[in-house]
Amino acid sequence: MPSLGADMQEATLVKWLVKPGDRIKRGQVIGEVDTAKGVIDLECFQEGIVENILVTEGQTVPVGDALLSLATDDQPLASCASESASSSINKQGVGHSIEQTSQKNETAVPGLVEKGTLKNTTRTAADQTSREKKSSESAQETEITEMSNGSVGAANATSRPKASPLARRRAEELGIDLATVTTARVDHTIGIEDVERAVPRRTTVTAGKDPDASRLALRTAIAAAMSKSKSEIPHYYLQTSINMQKALAWLEQENKKRSLNDRLLPALLLIKAVARALVEVPQLNGYWVDGQFRPSDKVHVGFAIAMKGGGLVAPAIHDVGVKSIDQLRSDLYDLVPRARVGRLRSSEMTDATITITNMGDLGVESVFGIIYPPQVALVGFGKVLDRPWVEAGELCVRPIVTASLSADHRATDGLIGARFLDSLGQLLQEPQSL
Amino acid sequence: MTLTSESIREVILAGIHQIAPEAELESLNDDAEFRRELEIDSFDFLRLLVFVNESLKVEFPEADYGGLTSVAKLVKYVDKKLSVSKSAGDGDKTQVTS
Amino acid sequence: MNAVLNIVAPSITYREAVAEAIREAMEADPRVFLLGEDVGHYGGCFGVSRGMLTQYGPERIRDAPLSETGFVGAGIGAALGGMRPIIEIMTVNFSLLALDQIVNTAATLSHMSGGQFHVPIVIRMATGGGKQIAAQHSHSWEGWFAHIPGLRILVPATLEDARGMLAPALADPDPVLIFENQTLYNLKGELPQNRTVDICSAKIRRSGSDVSLLTYGASLYKALEAAAIVAESGINAEVIDLRVLRPLDDRTIMESIRRTHRALIVDEGWRSGGISAEIAARITEQSFYDLDCPVERVCTAEIPLPYCKHLEDASLPQTATIVNSLRKMVGKDG
Repeated sequence: MPSLGADMQEATLVKWLVKPGDRIKRGQVIGEVDTAKGVIDLECFQEGIVENILVTEGQTVPVGDALLSLATDDQPLASCASESASSSINKQGVGHSIEQTSQKNETAVPGLVEKGTLKNTTRTAADQTSREKKSSESAQETEITEMSNGSVGAANATSRPKASPLARRRAEELGIDLATVTTARVDHTIGIEDVERAVPRRTTVTAGKDPDASRLALRTAIAAAMSKSKSEIPHYYLQTSINMQKALAWLEQENKKRSLNDRLLPALLLIKAVARALVEVPQLNGYWVDGQFRPSDKVHVGFAIAMKGGGLVAPAIHDVGVKSIDQLRSDLYDLVPRARVGRLRSSEMTDATITITNMGDLGVESVFGIIYPPQVALVGFGKVLDRPWVEAGELCVRPIVTASLSADHRATDGLIGARFLDSLGQLLQEPQSL
Repeated sequence: MTLTSESIREVILAGIHQIAPEAELESLNDDAEFRRELEIDSFDFLRLLVFVNESLKVEFPEADYGGLTSVAKLVKYVDKKLSVSKSAGDGDKTQVTS
Repeated sequence: MNAVLNIVAPSITYREAVAEAIREAMEADPRVFLLGEDVGHYGGCFGVSRGMLTQYGPERIRDAPLSETGFVGAGIGAALGGMRPIIEIMTVNFSLLALDQIVNTAATLSHMSGGQFHVPIVIRMATGGGKQIAAQHSHSWEGWFAHIPGLRILVPATLEDARGMLAPALADPDPVLIFENQTLYNLKGELPQNRTVDICSAKIRRSGSDVSLLTYGASLYKALEAAAIVAESGINAEVIDLRVLRPLDDRTIMESIRRTHRALIVDEGWRSGGISAEIAARITEQSFYDLDCPVERVCTAEIPLPYCKHLEDASLPQTATIVNSLRKMVGKDG
C-alpha cells in the first residue's frame, strides 16, 4: 500500500482491476483504494505479470503492506534495484539494517513484492530513487520503486522523525509512517506506545463507508499533516498586492470567444503564473528531504480543493509549467469534480511539488497557508477586489488580488520568496504570454 | 414548446444537486444566495451553468454571472432568455444555442 | 530491605555465610587454605575468619605480611603447585598492589602455557563504599578486573551467593575473584536449603515488565527498594542481579530487555569506562531494536569517594536516584 500523502496511515482496497496472470503496463490503474481522502485510483509504474493478489477487496491495510506480487522478466530492473540499494546505504546509516529486515521478510516490502529483485532493494532506497526519479527523464527502467515508496517515502521526505529503535522497528513491521505519528513524550521521541496507538484497526471487510467516519478520517489526516508541518517547518510569510486588470481584461476577451464549457476561470491564470514564476525561482519547487532541499525540475501544482462537508485535498496537476492554458483548463475541470467525489489517482496524491490555495470565492482578502510536507512552499490567493491604486502618479480603481507565500525557511530565505512574488506579479501583467 | 418556470427551476435544482449532492434542496430558499449558502465556488458555478446550458440550451455571457446569485434570479434569467428566443419567431432550439 | 530473601527468622549474616563457605571448603578438600593479612590471629579485617585459626591451625589459616604482591604471588605459586588457595585481600583498594600478580601472572599463565598450567586460585576482597572509610578504602574496582580475560569476577549480593559461590570458584581451574561488598557483611537472613549456586548466570530478583534494572552487589538492595517504590505508581521494574561480571550473562540481560524495552544500570563504580559502560554497549550491540528509550545509568560520582557522610551518600547510587531515573524512563514522572 503506497503512502498517498504524509498523512495517510491505512487504506481499504475497494476493488481490484487486475487479476493473477494479467500483464500490467506502466501507469496502468490496477485497483481502487479508499483513503481518508476518498477513493483513489491506484496506478502501477512497474510492468510485469500479476502473480498473486495479496489483499482481498474490502480489506483495510496499513501503508507499506504488500498488495500484490508481480513477476518481471527483464534483467535491467534487477540491476537497477541493487544499485539503488547500495547507493542508499552509502547515503544513509540506517540502510544496512533496514535492508536486513526486508531480506528476512519479503512481505515487509511495501507496495509490490517483486520476485527476486526487490528483495535486494531497501525501502529507503526505494524512496530515494523514486523521488529522484520523478524528475528524471529516464524514468522508464527505474519506476520499479514508484509503488513501493510506501511508508518510508513520507518519512524520509521530511526530516527524519525522532523515534526509539523499538518504535522504529515496530513501525517498520506495521508499515506505519513515523512522520504521521505524534508523541506525548517530553523529549518528543516517538516511542513504542505511540506506534501501537497509530496501528490502524485492521478490519477484514468494510461494508459501505459511514460518511461521518470518513469525515473524521479526513479530519484526522489533515490534523496529523498540519500539526507536523507547523511543528517542524519554520514558516515565513510574505504577501503582495497584484494588479489584475490586464489579466482579467485578457480573460474577458478570451472568454467572449469561447463557449461556456471552454471558458477560463481566473484561477487558471493564477496557477499558470505560479508555475511560470517557479521556473524563474526554482528554489521553492520541490521537497525538503533528509535535511536538504531537493528541487523538482517539473512543476506539479497541488491545488487545494475544499470538500463538501469539510476538509480539503490538494491533488497535483502534473507538469503545469509546460501545459497550455487549455490543457490546464481541461485538467483542472476534470480534477475538481473527481476530488469532490473522491476519485483521485495515486500519483495525484503524491506528486505535488508546491501547493496553491485560492480563497477568492469567499470574501477573504488574503490567506497564509500551512505548507504540506515535504513541500517547501504554499502560495495563497485572496479575493480579487476593486481597490484604490496608484498608477503613474494617478489614483485609480483596479481589481487587486493579494498573493501570499508561506515558505520553509530551512529551504529558502525571504529574498527568494520576494523574488518569487515579484516574478508572479510581473507574469500576471502579461496574461497573453501565459 | 414552452417550458414553465417550474420546470426551469427543476432543471436548475437538478444542476445544483449534481454539483452539491449533499445539499438539502428542500430547505433552500429560492431567494437565498445559494452560492454562499451551499459553498459553491466558481468551478461549481461554472459546472452548474454548463449543466443548464446543456439541458436548456441557454447561453450565459460571462458579464451576466454576477447577477445570478439566487435560484429565483437564475430561473427568471433563463425564462427570459428562452422567451426572447421563442418570440424571435423560430422556437427552434438549435438556433438558440449558437 | 531485602524483600528478595523472604526473611522469616533471621538466622545468619553475610559474614557468617562467607565463613561457612570457607569452613566447608576446608573440610571438603585438604588442599584448601586461607592466606591474607590478619586472617589468623585477628580473625580477618571484617571478622570473616574469626576462630578459624584455632579450628584449622596456622598451616591452613596463614597470616601474611603486609605485601600484597608477595602473598598473592605465593598463592599463585601454591595454586600452580597443586594447592587450592583462598587469598583474602583486605579491601579492593590494596589489590592494586597485587595487580601485576593477578593480571600479568594469574590471568595469563593458562593461556601462555597453552593450557598446561592452570592457576586455581580464589581471591576474595571487600569492595565498595558507604562506610566512611574515605577515598583509599571505598572504591569499586570489580569493573576494572572484569576487563581482564582469564579472570572470573563474582559479585555475591545475597546470603545464598555469599555461601554458595566459593565452592564452584574453587572448583574452577582458573583464577576467580570474589568481591564482597563491605556494607553487606552484617546483612541478616535465612539461607535457603539448596546451597548449590552457579557462577555463570545473572538472576532475576524481581520480575517486571516496564524496565530492566541491572545491578549487582550492595546496589541490588537499593534497586529492589526503588522497584518497590515505583511499583506504587504503576511502574513494573524487573531487577536483575548480575552476580557474575565476567563473563557477563548477556542472555539474561537481553531477554529481559526484549520484554521491558528499557534498561537502567546501577553500578557503584564510576561511569567512565566502567562495567556499566560495557553493559550499555552490549545492549546497544545486541538489543538496539528492542530499546524504546536510551539506556540509562546510575553510577558513583566521578570523584575519589569523600569521607564525610553526607558527601559520601551524595556520591553513591541511592534509592532516590534510582527512583527518579525509573520514573523519567517510563515517563510517569508527572
